[in-house]
Amino acid sequence: MPELMIQVENLTKVYGSTRAVDDVTFNVRKGEVLGFLGPNGAGKSTTMKVLTCYLAPTGGRAQVAGFDVFDNSLEVRKHLGYLPEDTPLYKDMTVLEYLQFAAAMRGMASDRSEKRIKEIGGRCGLHEVAGKLVGELSRGYRQRVGLAQAMLDDPDILILDEPTSGLDPNQIVEIRQLIKEVGKEKTVILSTHILPEVQATCSRILIISSGKLVADGTPDELRAREKASRYRLVVEANGTTAEAVKARLASIKGVSRCDTVLGEERAHAFSLDAAGDEDLRKILFRAAVDNKWTLLELQREAASLETVFRNLTTGEESKS
Amino acid sequence: MNAALTIAKREIRTYFNSPIAYIVLTVFLLLAGYLFFGSLFIERQAELRSYFNLMPLLLAFIVPAIAMRLIAEEKGSGSLEMLITMPVPDWQVIVGKFLAGMALLAVLVGLTLFYGVTVMAVGPLDKGPAIGGYLGVLLMGGAYMAIGVMASAFTRNQIVAFIIAFAISFALYLFYRLLPFAPESLRPVLSYLSVESHFDAISKGVIDSRDIVYYLSVMTVSLVIATLSLESRKWK
Repeated sequence: MPELMIQVENLTKVYGSTRAVDDVTFNVRKGEVLGFLGPNGAGKSTTMKVLTCYLAPTGGRAQVAGFDVFDNSLEVRKHLGYLPEDTPLYKDMTVLEYLQFAAAMRGMASDRSEKRIKEIGGRCGLHEVAGKLVGELSRGYRQRVGLAQAMLDDPDILILDEPTSGLDPNQIVEIRQLIKEVGKEKTVILSTHILPEVQATCSRILIISSGKLVADGTPDELRAREKASRYRLVVEANGTTAEAVKARLASIKGVSRCDTVLGEERAHAFSLDAAGDEDLRKILFRAAVDNKWTLLELQREAASLETVFRNLTTGEESKS
Repeated sequence: MNAALTIAKREIRTYFNSPIAYIVLTVFLLLAGYLFFGSLFIERQAELRSYFNLMPLLLAFIVPAIAMRLIAEEKGSGSLEMLITMPVPDWQVIVGKFLAGMALLAVLVGLTLFYGVTVMAVGPLDKGPAIGGYLGVLLMGGAYMAIGVMASAFTRNQIVAFIIAFAISFALYLFYRLLPFAPESLRPVLSYLSVESHFDAISKGVIDSRDIVYYLSVMTVSLVIATLSLESRKWK
């Protein structure tokens, strides 16, 4: 088994006149859980569809488990488990029937498939719904069935398109735990636009925006890239409206962005981003004194992944 | 072929778990029965000809109704993505779907074997045309079914799939009817392309390899086009 499970070189996919994926290059090593991050419509799903041989690339190359997705698609698919977006399952089958169907399609021997269905069904918490029709399941259970069929044949690589969308918080935690566990021995690519998700599950992050790869690294590396920091400020400005305070704050040199956030009664709360790495706390304090605002709270937060994400993805759009 | 059979099995179960199979069955048996027993009692003829004569037109309508959902439905719901990212060649998906449609058609036609039994009860049945007729129905139905699968692969809309399949099937049926009006030079071509001219020969009990080749060719061409259509998502 090659150490590099997925190799993508200059991958481009054009639909009509839009470049859904534009010259993307990345590798995934064995045992990595890769988070594929980006706003909706950034090209995450398209990249995954190319990797799973559903679509052919317009340009560039993609190899999975050492096989080219275009020339050797059958071999690639043997090494893959795939959960497409929105989990399109057959609604007229029971959970057990569905998993048996998936096992048969993958050519699994019947004694092995029976064992695996039992094992995976247990891990995904499907035993109590085994006899229910897929169409009658809740969103969370359907997602788990989708995940179970992807893991059924014990594939080397799992590709999961938004595996936790539509789940309730408890289910999200369970599914993340499952993915983390699987990721210890397998290679996992999952896409999401939920930031805490990648922080909780992924060992590496790719950020994609308008089809282009804009960042690639561990969560810590990405946070370190972002020098600018964020401030939280709560002031009591007797009589002055929040808009006026906000306008005043935004005009301060070094503040790149100022948003009103939910504050306390009679007080205004703001979230500010600094443009450089200069410490703005003194300046903000002076501004409060000069304007006769009562400073209730002033806090400097280290750059969050959210800031990194926002800067990378919104910056890219304004450029193009 | 295992995957094709797995798909066929799943599709057959879907047919019989949903109202489709029973609706198609009822409509088919009502129409066929009306025409068959009409001639049996009115013309007092102990034969199946009037039943078989009707088949080229009736199947041109019934078979597209069976086939329309086979691929279009999965395109619409998105489950096709799940199906064809499994390690299975695309042609096996098409063949599996085709076999499922043929299984339902076989049940349909199998139920009308009862007509043969009825005829035998009232008079001697000419076995040659009867056996040829049933074989011909399956071959012609197979040609229509392959066209239906192809049409279903073209679109995500089942109604559109039905209309395309019906239009092609009906055109193949019409060729025979148009013969008297066609220019002399075109007649052999139209006659060869017509489903009915080949069916006529078989249902008279004359099993000619040329007729069988015709039906098998229609099936092969249609299923190959269906496979290409499924693969077209990958064309650069």
